This record gives sequence, structure tokens and C-alpha cells, in this order.
Amino acid sequence: MAEKPKPKPKIVKEGIPMPKQKPEVRKHNFDEVALGYTEEQAVSEAERCLQCPKPQCVAGCPVEIEIPAFIKLIKEHKFDEAVKKVKEKNSLPAICGRVCPQEEQCQQQCVMGKAGDPVSIGRLERFVADYEMKKGVEAPPRQPPTGKKVAVIGAGPAGLTVAAELAKLGHEVVAFEALHKPGGVLVYGIPEFRLPKRIVAAEADYVEKLGATIKPNALIGRLFTIPELMKSGFDAVFIGTGAGLPQFMRLPGENLGGIYSANEFLIRVNLMKSYAFPRYDTPIRVGKKVAVVGAGNVAMDSARSALRLGAEEVYIVYRRSREEMPARVEEIENAEEEGIVFKLLTNPTKFFGDEKGWVKQMECIKMQLGEPDESGRRRPVPIKGSEFLMDIDTAIIAIGRTPNPIIQRTTEGLETAKWGTLVADAETMKTSLEGVYAGGDIVTGEATVISAMGAGKKAARAIHEYLTNKK
Amino acid sequence: MFEIIVKRELAPKIKLLTVKAADIAAKAKPGQFIIIILGEKGERIPLTISDCDSREGTVTFVFNEVGKTTMQLGCLNKGDSVPNILGPLGVPSEIKNFGHVLCVGGGVMIAPLYLQVKALRKAGNEVTTVIGARIKDLLIFEKEMKEASNEFYVTTDDGSKGFKGFGFLEELLKTRKFQHAVVMGSVVTMKTVSEMTKPYSIPTVVTLTPIMVDGMGMCGVCRVTVSGETKFACIDGPEFDGHQVDFEELVKRQRMFLPEERLSSLLWEKLGGGCHGRKA
Repeated sequence: MAEKPKPKPKIVKEGIPMPKQKPEVRKHNFDEVALGYTEEQAVSEAERCLQCPKPQCVAGCPVEIEIPAFIKLIKEHKFDEAVKKVKEKNSLPAICGRVCPQEEQCQQQCVMGKAGDPVSIGRLERFVADYEMKKGVEAPPRQPPTGKKVAVIGAGPAGLTVAAELAKLGHEVVAFEALHKPGGVLVYGIPEFRLPKRIVAAEADYVEKLGATIKPNALIGRLFTIPELMKSGFDAVFIGTGAGLPQFMRLPGENLGGIYSANEFLIRVNLMKSYAFPRYDTPIRVGKKVAVVGAGNVAMDSARSALRLGAEEVYIVYRRSREEMPARVEEIENAEEEGIVFKLLTNPTKFFGDEKGWVKQMECIKMQLGEPDESGRRRPVPIKGSEFLMDIDTAIIAIGRTPNPIIQRTTEGLETAKWGTLVADAETMKTSLEGVYAGGDIVTGEATVISAMGAGKKAARAIHEYLTNKK
Repeated sequence: MFEIIVKRELAPKIKLLTVKAADIAAKAKPGQFIIIILGEKGERIPLTISDCDSREGTVTFVFNEVGKTTMQLGCLNKGDSVPNILGPLGVPSEIKNFGHVLCVGGGVMIAPLYLQVKALRKAGNEVTTVIGARIKDLLIFEKEMKEASNEFYVTTDDGSKGFKGFGFLEELLKTRKFQHAVVMGSVVTMKTVSEMTKPYSIPTVVTLTPIMVDGMGMCGVCRVTVSGETKFACIDGPEFDGHQVDFEELVKRQRMFLPEERLSSLLWEKLGGGCHGRKA
């Protein structure tokens, strides 16, 4: 695989594949699946970039990274400069390089994709970020303090971005995080094998190096309200509290033991490290036959985690067909390689338990696809009389999450929309309250890490302008 | 880090800790709870607040050493620190002048009930308090409760002190006219008392203590069925209408991780014994 650098404008259709742990090995451990490019691999992949004079990839990046520029630096073996280039626009590259859906963003726009594989921009971003992390991360010199104070609520992807951007500009930033560690969904939701928690800790640490303060165990709304923050001297507030409220199906038997929300399951496994129970105190119980309901990334994460916790059979139960599955293709492939079984066009209707109140069976009904619904996807319709029973001892409900409600319940005058999301201006992310901005899943409903970061960048720009003009 | 400034053993295995936590103390109200985590490998456990002093900036809670984390917590001493405390969590109790209020507390939950009794008295209520425990040695806050209440009774399961069981309540309910009832204790206590107040149509508030992880609405492990609907005890409660709670489901859900909890406790005891060499 280690090829010698080639002369420039030669088109190499095939990209360098990501080295990965083998499926039969990785399904028994929580170590990262994708191992990352070596220097040679990164340079070879970088050489495939055509350095388009009008790069389309940049337009596909929610945080506007100068993609051809950093790839050129990799090609020239200038890795330190390459990471600096990325960090001009993105303070969390090791995270984005791992969890961004590049295939729908920058890489979808890549000209190389027309004839072969698009340039693996995400893998290259990860490469430079990991390269820097190995050497020790340096923070740029701090700007002189502006004397303005900003409170960031929630240290997830949106909040950390806002904190980084505003700290870089010399504002005093305090990020209040309700959990005991920063990262939000990056620590409680995405599993170790996709995003190692040391990476999240290191990038949160970088945000602090930029000058922001992260306060854990601080649930805004209960500990302090937004008006109280304003009164105590904060000039602006950013709300990035995310979509962390689990949805259930409201089916009979859903409160039986052994039925987890995906959030509970993943919080136990990821944030609390219950895969290391009893070395870690938080328990988890996974049986032999596990049904995961839903087919998004969270469902794939849950299914693959269940497998690693020792389940013998793990099913993805999804009411639509393969084409409509919302998970990233890469994640679906990973799950399949590891032996997850897909039960498509199938929807649960009821759960049955044993005498101790533990789930033992799930009744499902077969579905067929009808006319497209308002989401544009074909509506699943139950096939009468097609009910059947599945023997299971664990079920994980991964059908989506809604916004965390505590801020809305405790802040008067904050305008909300359907499903409890906050109303914010699309460009400035300003809410209905003066000096209060919001972004990420709390505004859009459940979306991606990078779109939350994109919203964070917009909000930071608007907050900076607000603070600069405010007397 | 939250420094422990008072530690008291109230009864065998029942301990009280007061910690410095000024921000929480300034906000905490009766009915709310906190979540504590003891170190990097620790679990998150909810504890009902049993007192707070905004002037001193302190929060007090009482716990029973029933599992690894509470045993470990019981080993901390004055001067030690609790690494993580999150709170105040949950919806505060409704405190107003109801008229005559019946307050029933069982076991370790007598401690947070004391905060309610004080607040209810302050709001102008006449308060009849009943505290109960398995045996008389496990009764806590007896003197304090007696002083704080207008009328006061003790009950034990074995009759070793006061009345035996809750049967005597029937007489109280017949002869007094309660406008409101507050019950904090084991599921059995809350269920028994709620069933007794129901024929008298006395609105009865119970404090539910299901398993929790995050304590702010994210995991849903604390889901309880109230009036046929699923609620999250952490953000919709922890107080609910005792006449509408599905207590049987609650008991089953509280026991979901019993084997794992036993394993943790056993390992803690076997691998170190007591406080692993430290003085409790």
C-alpha cells in the first residue's frame, strides 16, 4: 500500500482504503474500528486531490475548511501546517474526521467522485488531527481580553464550537455542562469504537487551552436560570443543549425490564463505561438475543455495542426498507460485517415479559411500503394478520430523540416550535430573547455533529458582532 | 469537589452528610434531589435533599448503606470531598397552606420529609407526622420531627416502638380531616398509605425513587406509569399522585439490576472489607 509519491496531474481513481480492525476481532472489543492512515497512506491519498481552482468540496463543508489548501500541505509532508490550516476553521478536527458524514458533504462534491472514489477528506482531516495530538497540541497565542462574558449552555459539538470561537476572539467564556464530563453526545452517545473518549477529552482540553472554562455538573435551568446568568454579568448566552430526550413507542409492555432507550443503553456503555463493569460501577445487562428498533446511526451504535457486550444474535428491526435506512452507509456496512441481522419492513407492536418482569418476546407485524409521506419516503403500512413473535431478552428503542426540555421549561419568553425545539434566526442563531442565541439539535431537532458545529460557528460570529456593537 | 463538613451516623448503616455546595444550596427546594458520582469509575446515584442552608452554603443528605456506592460514600469523613454533585434536580414540592396535612415518612426518607414538614408548617399548615421504620433502632429524626409537627406518631413493623404497622392510620383518617397528604418511604409504605387515603379523597403526594442514571431526562430508566401514562421521575417528578402510580411496575423496575448490584457490593466487601482499611 505504501506507494512512492507520483508525478502530479495523474488521476488515481481508487482511494486508499481505511485500515480497520477485522470484523471477527473487533466485534469482541471496544477499541476503535478504523485505525487511521499512516503518513505514507495520507500522502498518497492527498496526491489524488486535483487542487481544483474552484473547489466544490469547500461549499459542502458546514464549517468552511479550506480543504484543497490543507490537502496540499499534506502532500508536501507539511503536517504541522496542514493541521493549523484545518484549525483555522475547525477546532475539533479529530472528532469531525471520525464522525462527520463526509460522503454527504465535502466528499459528495468532490470532482474525483465522478470518475472513481472521491478524495477521502475526512480521513485526511483525522490524520492531521491525530498527528498533532500525538506530538502534543499547542494553542495559538491568546487575544487581549475584550471584557465581555459569554455563557455557553451545554458542552457538546455546538457549545464547544461557540466556546472555542469566542475564546479565540478574547471573550471570557464559561461553558456549563450538565454531565460530569464535556462532550455532550460525543461522550454519552457515540461509542468508544467509533470515537475514543480520549479524543473527545483532548479536543475539549484544547477548547480550554484557547481560554474557555468548562464547568461540569452544572444544569442550567435548575442551578441557574438564563435571566440569572445575565444578571450575574454574562453579556450573552448560547444555548446548545441538544436533543437528548429519548422517544419511546408507547407500546404495551415497553416498561418491562431489559427494554432500554438507546440513550440509556449508550449512556451506560459510553459515558459510564459499563462495558467494564464491575471494574466500573455502572451495570448493564445484555442478553443473548437483542432487538434494536430503528435504523439510524444511533441504532447501529446500539446494535454494535450489544454485540461487543456478548450478545449472540443482534437484530436491527426497521419498519421501512434498506433504502430508507437513515444511518451512514459506512455504519450499515460495519454492522453487517460484524454479523448484525437486518429485519426490514418489520415493526414491533407489543412486548411480553416473564414472571419477574423481564422482556422475553416481542410481537412484530410485517410492513409494506405505500405512497410517499411528508418526509418524501414511502410510508410503511402494516400487512394485516402478519403478526409474528420474536424471542428476545433485550430490546433497545432507537427511534429518535427530542430536545432536552429543561431550558424551555425554566426560561420565560423563549420561543419554541413544534416538538420543543427553539426558534432561532437561520443566519444569526438569535432567539426571541435579547442576547440569547441557540444552535445545534436544540434548534434543528436530532441532526449531525457537524451541522451543530456549523450552527455554532454562525452563532459565534453573531455573538461577537453583538458584543462588539453593544456598549 | 464538594467538601464534607458534617458526618453523622443516625442509625446502623444510616448516615448523614453535609457538604459545602453554595450554588446548589441557594437553589434547592423541598422535594428536589441531587446526583452524586464518586470518582472516575463511579456510578451516578440520586439522593433526595434532606436539608439546605443558603446562608451557610450547605446541602445535607441522608442515605442507607445498601450498595457499593452508598457503602463507599459512608466511608468518607469530615474533610473529605465528594467529587461530583449535580443538582438541584426534579420539580420542587408544592408548598402552600393546604390546611391540615398528613406527613408519613419511612426509613431513610424520614430525613427529606423533615424538610417538607418544616416548609409546610412555615406555610401555615397544621401537620400531623407519622414516622416509621422496620425496628426501633432504625428510626431517625424522631426528636426533630416531634418538635416540628403539631401531632406526632411513631410506628415500627415489629412493634418495638410506637404502633405496630400502619393499621392505626385508619383511626387518624377517620377522626381528622386532612386536606393533603405527603408520603415518603419505601414503595410498600407509599402504596399502603396511598390506598388508605384514597377512600377519603385526600390528595396524596408520593416521592418515587426509581433507578436513575443522568437524572435530567436523557435516559428514561426512571420511567414510571402514572394515570396510565409513562412519565420520567427525574424531570416530571419525583413527586406524583399516589393514587395514580403503578407501584407494582415500579418495584419490578427498581429490581432490574439486583444481581449486578449484589455483585458490586460483594466485591467491595470481599476485596477490601468495610472501608478498605480507612476509618469510617
